[in-house]
Amino acid sequence: MNPIEDFANNSLDLWLVQSGIWLAWTVAYSLLVIVGVLVCVAYLTYAERKILGGMQRRQGPMTVGPFGLLQPIADGIKLFSKETIIPSHAHRFVFLLAPVLLFSLSLIAWVVIPFDKGWVLANINVGVLFLFAISSMSVCSIIMAGWASNSRYAFLGGIHSASQMISYEVSMGLIIVCVLLVTGSLNLQEIVLAPRPLWVQVMLLPMLVIFLVSILAKCNRAPFDLPDGESEIVGGFMVEYSAMSYALLILAKYANMILMSAVTSILFLGGWLPPFGMNFLGFVPGIIWFALKTAAILFFFIWTRATLPRFRYDQLMRLGWKIFLPFTLIWVVFMAGMLMSFDALPGQKQAKAFTAAQIEHVMQQQEK
Amino acid sequence: MIVQAFAFYLFAGILILSALMVITARNPVHSVLFLILAFFNAAGIFVLLGAEFLAMILIIVHVGAVTVLFLFVVMMLDVDFSTLRKRSVSYIFPSIILGGILLFELVIIYTYWYMAPEALTNIAQDQSAFEGLSNTQALGMVLYTDYVFAFQMAGLILLVAMIGVTVLTLRKRPDIHKQRLHDQYLRKPSDVLEITRVTPKTGV
Repeated sequence: MNPIEDFANNSLDLWLVQSGIWLAWTVAYSLLVIVGVLVCVAYLTYAERKILGGMQRRQGPMTVGPFGLLQPIADGIKLFSKETIIPSHAHRFVFLLAPVLLFSLSLIAWVVIPFDKGWVLANINVGVLFLFAISSMSVCSIIMAGWASNSRYAFLGGIHSASQMISYEVSMGLIIVCVLLVTGSLNLQEIVLAPRPLWVQVMLLPMLVIFLVSILAKCNRAPFDLPDGESEIVGGFMVEYSAMSYALLILAKYANMILMSAVTSILFLGGWLPPFGMNFLGFVPGIIWFALKTAAILFFFIWTRATLPRFRYDQLMRLGWKIFLPFTLIWVVFMAGMLMSFDALPGQKQAKAFTAAQIEHVMQQQEK
Repeated sequence: MIVQAFAFYLFAGILILSALMVITARNPVHSVLFLILAFFNAAGIFVLLGAEFLAMILIIVHVGAVTVLFLFVVMMLDVDFSTLRKRSVSYIFPSIILGGILLFELVIIYTYWYMAPEALTNIAQDQSAFEGLSNTQALGMVLYTDYVFAFQMAGLILLVAMIGVTVLTLRKRPDIHKQRLHDQYLRKPSDVLEITRVTPKTGV
């Protein structure tokens, strides 16, 4: 319910109580999401080190707590208790603003993510566009971080990161257009709930593959981790950061990874619905399916990091602009044509009926 | 209503302040960052008006693409801004004249405001067809039907501009080594690798 609408026909006291409840609920929900995301980020770093260790026949973190489970907390305490160093001639305000901005943007995006049916803070009509807007803002804050450090390495890292994110955003946009052709809505809940016949899902499969590669590039993860390529530009835009500000950058990076995995599971894997249309599994709470799907994509993130070497910069750009972009563009046209010829575009049948009725109406008037 | 009015004045205030900072900031990178802030607040005002589609597109296009390119250019240019500022003092007289002309024209436009009758009928048109639609759908319904020609024309102009930019900036540099991916893919390990059994103290 909207407290502002109710204001007109209710007394002020009731309005205050209602908006108070609404405010308290919003704050509680946001806190829950933020704490949940941060815990997930902490244990994602742990999972990454464990999985990488397992793939390289090591044990990973083992000393702090049972099975090293307290390692992320120890790391966090270490980072928070260190001294923040601001390089001389750094642009102080922008230097400190950039990590804060990046971190808060990676949390803001979660307001439109539905965890289950109705479990969403802001059920807005333009959810997908909101996610895009947030990610374009985070490009800006990465450039800010790179520029404000007043270091060649950091600046190169920032430029790398920005050009990479922009290149892959274009094909990601076209992939999302393919999904929107099927669902007919920008609202993330409606995207999950829209019916998808099997042949449509088969057509979406190559888009899923390209999307998975694109989110690797978007999150600056291996094999596209040129922005913080340790061997070439020491640490990219994060070189000059230390302690809290460094922790915020890392938190933002991992929160973005989880976010992109969640978005993939919403766009392609059916969000909170049971997998493969197995509706008899509906008794399991939706959020568990959602978490499992997201975790599977996160495992893919870590798996590629253990498997593939880093791309060269021209290879990265070639893949984005010369392979993904033309292919997705052709696929959008192909999918639109297929859906149109099989009357499967959302609202197409109603539109046809509507025009037929209108033509009939005009004909009748002419006869009179 | 109170909340909305408060939000409007907040957005509008920050918008005007950051727009002022864009032209007064000493560092051009700071100007671009204030420009981003201005766009963001303009998007906030769009959301208050119920035009959430326009708000998101404003951020995606202007913040995500246009200002990022601005930032690239401003950061890459190695310009000594203090000398530039000194030289700009000599342009102050022509710029005052230009600004005066613009202001004069704005005043004329404002005093002789006149709307074409066609525009008035457009405003008075029946809006009931868009009842209950989200504004993304409503925009799509007019953009791809009534205004499809103008829409496609805009796309075509952008395409021409894009091709023009590519032609202008594409140049062959013989002094730079460029990787040919095709040759690289055709390379086999047997062409470049050789395994030999070396007896000690003889060398290959």
